[in-house]
Order: sequence, then C-alpha cells, then structure tokens
Amino acid sequence: MVANTNGFKRIAIEPVTRVEGHGKVTLLLDEQNRVHQARLHIVEFRGFERFILGRPFWEVPVLVQRLCGICPVSHHLAAAKAMDRIVGGEKLTPTAEKMRRLMHYGQFFQSHALHFFHLVSPDILFGGIEDPFAGFSADPALRNVIAVAAKFPELAVQGVMMRKYGQEVILRTAGKKIHGTGAIPGGINKNLTIAERDFLLKDVEQMIKWSHGALKIAKDYTVKHLTKLAPFGSFDSSHMSLIRADGAMDLYHGGLRAITADGKKIFDHVDYQKYTDYIAEEVRPWSYMKFPFIKSIGPENGWYRVGPLARLNTADFIDTPAAEAARKEFMAVTKGKPNNVSMAYHWARMIELLHSIEKIRELLNDKDLQGQDLVTRGQRREETVGLIEAPRGTLFHHYRVDKHDQVTMANLIVSTTNNNEPMNRAVQKVAQDHLSGKKEITEGLLNHIEVVIRAYDPCLSCATHALGQMPLVVELVDAAGNLVDRKTKGG
Amino acid sequence: MSSTIEFTINGKDITGRPGQTVLEAAQDAGVYIPRLCYMRGLAAFGACRVCTVLVNGRPQAACTQTVAPGMVVENNTEKMTAFRRNLIDMLFVEGNHFCMFCEKSGNCELQALAYRFGIAAPKYPYMFQPREVDMSHGDVFIDRNRCVLCGRCVRASRDVDGKHVFDFVGRGLHKRIAVNAEALLGDTELAVTDKAAEACPVGAIVKKRVGYAVPVGQRLYDHKPIGSEIESTAL
Ligand code: NI
Repeated sequence: MVANTNGFKRIAIEPVTRVEGHGKVTLLLDEQNRVHQARLHIVEFRGFERFILGRPFWEVPVLVQRLCGICPVSHHLAAAKAMDRIVGGEKLTPTAEKMRRLMHYGQFFQSHALHFFHLVSPDILFGGIEDPFAGFSADPALRNVIAVAAKFPELAVQGVMMRKYGQEVILRTAGKKIHGTGAIPGGINKNLTIAERDFLLKDVEQMIKWSHGALKIAKDYTVKHLTKLAPFGSFDSSHMSLIRADGAMDLYHGGLRAITADGKKIFDHVDYQKYTDYIAEEVRPWSYMKFPFIKSIGPENGWYRVGPLARLNTADFIDTPAAEAARKEFMAVTKGKPNNVSMAYHWARMIELLHSIEKIRELLNDKDLQGQDLVTRGQRREETVGLIEAPRGTLFHHYRVDKHDQVTMANLIVSTTNNNEPMNRAVQKVAQDHLSGKKEITEGLLNHIEVVIRAYDPCLSCATHALGQMPLVVELVDAAGNLVDRKTKGG
Repeated sequence: MSSTIEFTINGKDITGRPGQTVLEAAQDAGVYIPRLCYMRGLAAFGACRVCTVLVNGRPQAACTQTVAPGMVVENNTEKMTAFRRNLIDMLFVEGNHFCMFCEKSGNCELQALAYRFGIAAPKYPYMFQPREVDMSHGDVFIDRNRCVLCGRCVRASRDVDGKHVFDFVGRGLHKRIAVNAEALLGDTELAVTDKAAEACPVGAIVKKRVGYAVPVGQRLYDHKPIGSEIESTAL
C-alpha cells in the first residue's frame, strides 16, 4: 500500500468500501507522511449517452434505468419528466403527478434507509460516546452490517423492512421493483387500486415510527459529538437544489435555488430548462469525471453541494409536520445559517427519510391516486430538460429529439457528479487533519477517508455511466507514479 | 370423400376437415401447437419451425402439413419440447432481444414462448450483430434488432393490405426485413391501420408513441402463458 520514490509516496484506497459503485482515492505523502495531495477519482465513461442515441424517445425512461442498478427509479422519473415536454404533456393530471411522487418518495425511503442502515450504521453505532471516531477505526471485521446485525438486531431488521416497504411502493407505482415502466411521456400508465393502497397503508405508521428512531440515532450522534464532527472533512461551500415556488423543500419538482455558504441567494426559482445559462461543467486533466460549477462565480469557486445537506440548507421550510420540526432542530444548531458540516449529511438524510414517509402517508390518503385520467398531451417540442432531486442530489437529464421521434442528443449530470468537488475537498480535509504526519498510516486511518466519502452517499455506478455496478479502490503510489500498495475491497 | 378426418395428437382423438392444417385442426380442438410465423388469416409459411411436430414419426411443420385420416401426431413430447426450446434459444441470441427494456415485453410472442418453455436466460452467447432501426415513418417504426424473420409483415402487406411494403433481402445471418421503397419505411405507402403494422409477433415492427402505455400486470402474457387461450377451449 505504500511506496517510496523521490521522497514521496502515494497511498491509494481502492475500492472505497460501503459506497455504491467504483472509485479510487490517492494520497501523495512525503517522507514525514505529510499529505501533499489527496484526490477522489471516479472514472466517468459517458458511454451511456451514446447508447441512447437513435432510440425512440418514449423508450428512454425505461432504457436509462440500465445506467444504474442502484438509482433506476430516479433516472426513470428524470427522463420521464424530460419526455413529458417532448409530447407537450408537462402539466400532468393530478393522478399522474401524485403517482409519480409516490414512486419517488418510495425510492427516497428505500435508498435513504439502505444507506443509513447498511452502509453507514457501522461507523456510527460503533462510535462510542467518548470517541465518535471509534467506529471509523474499529476492527474491519466489526465494521460491517453483519456486526451491526449481531449487536443491534432490531435495527438491522428495521433497515431491511424499511427498504422493503420502499420497494413495495415502487412496485405498485412503477409496475416492478426495478426497471418498472410506470412513468410514460405525459403521465403514468396506472393508478393505485384500493387494494394496493390498503396494502401500503397497513404498515405506514410503523414505518413512520421507525423513521423517527433512525432520525434520533443520526441526530443524537451528530449533536453529542458536534465539536469533533463539525471540522471532520468540512468546508464552506455553496448549496443547490430544486425548490418549490413557496420555498418549501420539493424533491420532485421546482425551480433551481443556489445559496452561498452563509445563506445568500446566488440564483432562485430558475427555470431548469435554461440550466446551461447557470451551470457549466469543467474538465480536469486528472479526472474523467467533470466538475460542474455555477457560471456567475466561475470554475474556481463556483462548485456547490447537492443532496440532503444542500436541500436542508436551501429550503425555507418542509411541508410535513414531523420533518419540519426536525428541520427546525437541525437549523437551530447553526442558528438558521446553512450547515456546512460534511457529517451533518446523515442527520439531514434521516430528516428526508421521515419527510418521504410522511409524504407517502399523505398521498395514500389522497383519492386522486384512484383517478382515471392518466396522460396529457400538448405542443410537441424538440429539446427538453428533466430535473429531479434524486436521493443523492440534483439529477439532470437533457435531450434533443428529432421529428422522427429519435433521440439525437443526450447529456446527463448525475447527483454524484455535482458533488465531485465537495467530495474531493472532504477527502483533502480529512487527509490533512487525520493522516498527515502520522507515523503509520493504518487501515483505521484510511477508513476515516471512506467515512467522509460515505457521508455524501455517492453512487459511483451512476457517476461512471458504466453499465452495471463496480467496486471502489485506494492506491498508494510513489511520486514517480509507481504503484506501491493497493487495496480493493467490496465490489 | 368424408367431410371429417379423424387423427390423433399425443393419443388424443382429433377431428379435422379436409384440407385443414394440423395446427388449425389442433387449435379448433383446444390443443395448442407452439408457433411463431403462423398467424390466423395469413397464408402458412413454415419458416420458424417452432410448430414442428412428428407426423407418423417424421418431423413436419404443423402449419403447412394438412390432416390425413389415421395420422399419428406427436406434439408435447419431451423430445419435441427440447427441440423447440433450442429453437427459441437460438432466435434470442441471433437478434438483440433485451426484454427488460423492450416496449413489446409482456405482449411479445417470442418472450412468451420462452416463458412457456421455462427459458430464464439465453443458453447461447448473444451474437450482438448490428441491426438497423428505421424511424422514418410517422406512425410505425422498424427495429431490426428484434426481428425474427417470421415474414408475417411480408404476407400481411402483400396478401391482406395488397401493398407489398416488406420483403426479405440477403441470406443466412445477413437476412433482413427490407421495405419496397428505395430506402426507408417513410417512403412506403404503409398505413398505421394496415394488417402489416400489427402482424409482428415481437418488437420489430411497432406502432409509434404507444410505448409502455399498458402497465406491467395488464399485458397479454403477464398472467397466462401463451397458448392457454387455445387450451382453455378444450373439451
Ligand atoms: Ni446510481
């Protein structure tokens, strides 16, 4: 894992474990083990866009699910929102919009539950009261979900059941748990039957109760250890998300809002059809993944964060009562100012978990879900953008469709790509604060880096635009580029 | 000459009419003989071989073989099922059939046959042959990735629509469905209401902008296997 050449050595963490997909971290150290450079590399192929070219536009919401086995529902809905505009059907019927929202909240619920219980809980639950970082350095054999299941069996069961519930919601809205067909251009292909509604209503109160429990774990951990966690991989940044016209958090639709690290609006209620006027993507020689930035600020400082933390920061309020109460507690910690703590992502994510299940309950009690009016059509268009707040952050789908119904251009900016620079900053910060100058770079110390990456819940499968899932890697290479050591875990 | 013809399929007594094919006589008696290139109302073609049965011990296409008195037909035997399963397996990999993303899924006869024969995944490696898509027509498109060369569109257009929009070109692995215009489907006189526009058993000739309008669970073969509509009429 470590090599010495020209006075420098390079460490690589490969793969970064308990994240979705394949990525690599490299650290450049001098002889005193001082960190000179720390980078997260995600290989982004962009081969997928070519795969879509030439296909009929109505096929795209189903086809794009092939991009990622983790986030198919988010891609399905973002593409469907884009294709709504191709058929001029973006003003959905109440039944269509609410069915899609139900599907989307189901995806949020299962994704956030999976991330928290299966990927993150070992870091948090094995962090003692005295030392929040204890879980980070714990014996790798204990640092996994099996160890959690042994020590906290009830929590492990809840995690499984909550994920399953989210998948049941997806099944009844999309038609299948993965690779469903529910959202079609201009609407939805089914409503929710009374039997389906009653099936989902049966367990919804239990899910709300468990979500409160998960939220409490995340909140207590963060609040109790705030002084230690606050600087951990943290930095000031801008934040961006969709926002409802009245300023409420809206995970399905809205205008784009971006704010500075201290809460000033950079832009607000921007029609995302014009996103290219506000956002550009920078290419850097060492990474295949692009770095998006806010144009008015420029590539140097225009990067921003997306995802749960950004959404909590941009929202004026949440329109479900329990999640709103939780939001107020969350914002009180920073006295109403944006929270720039990387590890606060977990708490923010669990507030969204609760919000999603509150929304699911609200929708299940809405008679519109049994409506018969499923599809709308209007003025045909040739170019379209579909945006959605995916569990991991803002997801962009941009297409052009010719008069023969064929896709002629596709560009996707996935949530994880939006968080590319922030994750790199987080890795650098942790490497500087926790590894630099240490006599020995232990596996426990390297896990500190993975811990902060996991806070962002990257989906490297999406980000690489590869077909299917791949593992994440850390490498230690010397300054001449010779591989000294290499770790590949998971995958 | 008698007006009825008695014969057996797998030992079961079947009554047919003179000139009737084994496949149709069986169908009238509620016996399903699997098929792909056969379509009621079109001339028999005998191209796909899926309907192959043993007639007095010799393999024959049930869609072209006419019934004869005392004929002994073997249909659903272990041997014939193995033969058909192999045929379906080969059809899958010869084209680029990816059911998970195909809009014909659930309504596709090839997929339905695969399910009926218990084929979960292709046995042979995909050949990944590049095949062309023709989106030039306003209402119908061709995706040759999914064509099984059954010729139903060729016969429907020629014999029912009287247009001769489709034909085969090339041989063997290079055999393709072509249109009778210089280049593209959009240049032909095909209308969306033509028989040829709905004759395709797979997702190769498809009406545009229908896509996934029918939800999973309400599609043709979501609940009952292909052929069960015939078998349910058996006495
Ligand atoms: Ni993904």
